[in-house]
Amino acid sequence: MATLKEVKTKIGAVKKTKQITKAMNMVAASRLRGAQTNMEGFRSYAEKFAEVLGGLSGRAGEETNPLLLPHDEVIKKHIILCTSDRGLCGGFNAHLISKADSFIKEAGEDIEFSVTNFGKKGRDWCRKKQISIRSEHIDVIGTVIKFNIASTAGKGLIDGFLNGEYDEVYVVYSEFISMGRQVATIKQLLPIPPMESDEDEAEDQDKPYLAEHICEPSPDELLGELLPRSVYVQLYSALLETSTSEHAARMMAMDNASKACDDMIDNLTLAYNKARQASITAELMDIVGGAEALRG
Amino acid sequence: MAGNITLEVVTPEKVVVSEEVQIAVAPGSLGEFGVLVGHTTFLTTLKTGMIHYTGADGGQRYIFASGGFAEALPDKLTVLAESAERRRDIDTGRAQAAMERAQKRLEKEDEDIDFARAKAALERALHRIRIAGTKQ
Repeated sequence: MATLKEVKTKIGAVKKTKQITKAMNMVAASRLRGAQTNMEGFRSYAEKFAEVLGGLSGRAGEETNPLLLPHDEVIKKHIILCTSDRGLCGGFNAHLISKADSFIKEAGEDIEFSVTNFGKKGRDWCRKKQISIRSEHIDVIGTVIKFNIASTAGKGLIDGFLNGEYDEVYVVYSEFISMGRQVATIKQLLPIPPMESDEDEAEDQDKPYLAEHICEPSPDELLGELLPRSVYVQLYSALLETSTSEHAARMMAMDNASKACDDMIDNLTLAYNKARQASITAELMDIVGGAEALRG
Repeated sequence: MAGNITLEVVTPEKVVVSEEVQIAVAPGSLGEFGVLVGHTTFLTTLKTGMIHYTGADGGQRYIFASGGFAEALPDKLTVLAESAERRRDIDTGRAQAAMERAQKRLEKEDEDIDFARAKAALERALHRIRIAGTKQ
């Protein structure tokens, strides 16, 4: 059995660790609130945007915009990998990276991949795996994200797509479902996938949206303006979701760590008390033994 | 006046304005347009510039908006912009710095710069400064 002093030092160490994990938990919680507010602020924009875009695309000429047209041959794919910059958030980054990894493996060896990284963890993985990195953005995820980050990156992606640097663009991000659940998701960004027409039609019957709108300039030109922007919107929402998920994941991880600390402290305290009692008993035995000897 | 319309100015980051107004005027890409109650449904892209409106209390207000589009309905005008600020929220110092930066970039003609981007930045900065200087 460990000596009294050793156990005591260990208890002290675990208590200090618990203080740290608890503080990190609280920091993550307050950041999470901020991130959720951002997400909610963005929701009204995104909803309105989708509404207008959906209405317009129904009216404009079919398949005229190059952003909608798939390339004839798909040999180069591009992934936008969103991860966090720092660890200590449980399996968060591992899930995202394995999602990207399995996607690359499924595609087979004929497809050439390149990556845009948001977050350090994903970048480090790409470096290790020697996947070509087109650009990297550190210190974005987990902070208050400005829209111009998404629009600048999005513009670069669209240019690359139109130049033929790659034929398809996907984004790997973490979807925020609830505090305890974040799901690594992959979504096609370019060419812009067709809208789910079934749903649109159902809505159109209720409300013939945009039916008699006057458009300035023409619907086609408007669509040309809006489509690139829809890519930015998608990208921005992916960044926001990943950011929120990171804080939620970190909060959960730190909560678990604090609980584990509590368990450890309990066990160690038990061991400490046992050791203390054992030493008292031993001492008593000594005294009693000594007294007996004197009397004898 | 027949009644008020709802003006909503929304950016990806937040809702900038959401209130009842008497009239709102916005810079459409094919010309400035005003919206009163009963406006025909109308959709347009916006130029960088100033949206101004008369509030329900009769006061004139000014908003800077760039990179957006607007949808007018008989009782509502919705503006979706990449960035938008109320006049009192405009950071003049930042706009001034942005203007100087953009001008410097444009002066260096020989270098391979993103001309369109610098020009857009300059335009944004100039509009911000102009709106911030507007008398109430």
